Amino acid sequence: MGKYLIRRLLWLIPVIIVVSGITFILMHSAPGGPWDRDTTARQVDQNTQRILNEYYGLDKPLWRQYVAYVIGDFNKQGKFVCGLVCGNLGPSYRMRGLTIQQILFMPPEGKNFLYSRFGYSMRLGVFALLFAVAIGIPAGVIAALKQNTIIDYVSLFIVTIGISVPNFVMALFLIILFASTLKWVNIVPRSWDEVSVWVLPTVILGFGTMARTARLMRGSMLEVMRMDYIRTARSKGLAERVVVLRHMIKNSLIPVVTILGPALAALVTGSFIIETMFGFPGMGRAYVTAIGQRDYSMIMGTTLIYAVLIALANLSVDIVYSFLDPRIRLD
Amino acid sequence: MPEILQVQGLETQFRTREGVIHAVNGVSFSLKEGETLGIVGESGCGKSVTVMSMLRLIPSPPGKVTAGKALFQGRDLLTMSDEEIRHIRGAQISMVFQDPMTSFNPVLTIGRQVSEPLEVHMGLNQKQAEDRVAEMLAKVGIPNPKDRLNNYPHQFSGGMRQRVMIAMALVCNPQILIADEPTTALDVTIQAQIVDLVKRLRDELGMAIIWITHDLGVIAGLADRMAVMYGGFIIETAPVRDLYGHPTHPYTIGLLGSLPRMDEAGSRRLVSIDGLPPVLLEKPTYCPFAPRCKYAVERCWHENPPLMQVSPDHYSACWVDTETGRERS
Repeated sequence: MGKYLIRRLLWLIPVIIVVSGITFILMHSAPGGPWDRDTTARQVDQNTQRILNEYYGLDKPLWRQYVAYVIGDFNKQGKFVCGLVCGNLGPSYRMRGLTIQQILFMPPEGKNFLYSRFGYSMRLGVFALLFAVAIGIPAGVIAALKQNTIIDYVSLFIVTIGISVPNFVMALFLIILFASTLKWVNIVPRSWDEVSVWVLPTVILGFGTMARTARLMRGSMLEVMRMDYIRTARSKGLAERVVVLRHMIKNSLIPVVTILGPALAALVTGSFIIETMFGFPGMGRAYVTAIGQRDYSMIMGTTLIYAVLIALANLSVDIVYSFLDPRIRLD
Repeated sequence: MPEILQVQGLETQFRTREGVIHAVNGVSFSLKEGETLGIVGESGCGKSVTVMSMLRLIPSPPGKVTAGKALFQGRDLLTMSDEEIRHIRGAQISMVFQDPMTSFNPVLTIGRQVSEPLEVHMGLNQKQAEDRVAEMLAKVGIPNPKDRLNNYPHQFSGGMRQRVMIAMALVCNPQILIADEPTTALDVTIQAQIVDLVKRLRDELGMAIIWITHDLGVIAGLADRMAVMYGGFIIETAPVRDLYGHPTHPYTIGLLGSLPRMDEAGSRRLVSIDGLPPVLLEKPTYCPFAPRCKYAVERCWHENPPLMQVSPDHYSACWVDTETGRERS
């Protein structure tokens, strides 16, 4: 197990190199640069741009910029500035004076880590996943147990909506319903300290995952229900409740766990549409903004954090697997 | 010996897209205490469905027991409440299934699974249950039973798993053990071991056994009495020596003719029964075996023969006396 973990974590290194390489190439293929402004606004003059480029090393050849980002480079004073290998995600070109790690992970004065941009996104993602699991798994189990009844059809209907309607459409619909028509909540909340304002983004973000979880759980249950060992369990005189809880659900969960790991990563990272719509102070919105502004190191840094999160989520799925299914051994 | 199980006129149907399958069509038999009954017949003849129906383990829908009684110690298993039959399953009547690979839950330990009947029916705590399980595993010939309680099914071989299956079925000392083709999925050498094991346990514990098989060779040395099934009917039933010595139903004669014999000099071609087993979409109004039968007479096509006594304790469902070739009156 320990060896396996170390090996999997070492695999992160080539993953990071490939992801950062591709991101770097794509980012620099896009026209424009960090100093460009709206054509209507006052432009940064050529001389200032030259000085800024020199200061940030953007005048150097691209390969050298890449090496500088990943490993590090000597700055103007001849001092070595360490890059990604030291955990330095680079300076932001737009929020000057701040590094990317400060922007993403540093909470406002007097608050804890959960109030950083990353913390906000993480909370929203975790809440959405909890919502998806808490509704999706029981819904799938009940639909399977009541197969071909009205309960099954209603849940299938909701599941189909959840899978086929994109979350930004769902978001608009629910905002119109709850914010404009019913006026239960503000469209953009004034403060994220209240619990009630989290409900809408959580539900919208988690809905698709909830639907996929329910559908997969239903299918998996239907398969397990027909297994010989379920008949064996009944032949031993176990109560139906025990047969379902002990013999069916644990076996049915195995395929569902497969999607939950990537789903968590996708929820923590993939919330930028929802974050933008609700004016949510998270990482996703910062990411989208950074892409528009060509804030190179911000784009690199955020992408890499996403990559690492997805890799870790998959790793944790494999670990949970080995607990659920004794036939799977990690080594 | 008193009878502990009487099945009367059992009928089971399955509703499918093609129509209603008449899997069991009025099966009656009885089982005495400590007796071993062998039920033989080819695949799809309704032998498994018969015993599953008794214990109400038929998946429903599509399956449904449409008629009959199954009296266990005078109480009808088919009409009692779910709660009541639950207390009989695994405690007084238990089952061993065909495929030991798929009949265990892959994610629970052997110890856990074997102890489940004890927890449900005897209310033992974990420690007591563990001791009993280890004792039972030792009895079925699992080496180092204490150490193997925490193993999972995939850590056992097929034969060992079937031993564990038998231990699990017998852990509550049931009066009836139903074995549904327990040796079919195993190697020939392992088959013999399992049969010997069951024989030894029967002599030790004294339970009655219903042993379902399509292999007449396996059951010969084990059963007291045999019932041959065809097309959802019992077509012949007799004490085991009588059935092997003097089969009277053309189907039974055909089945025995398809077996190789050790005591025959020279070589002989094994005989097979021509034709295919019946499709059970309609409840037959004629003898279901008639289309494949070389003895068939006019009457066989009009009337389905009931079980008729041919000698003491030997019953056969055939209009023709196969010894003389003449129609029975």
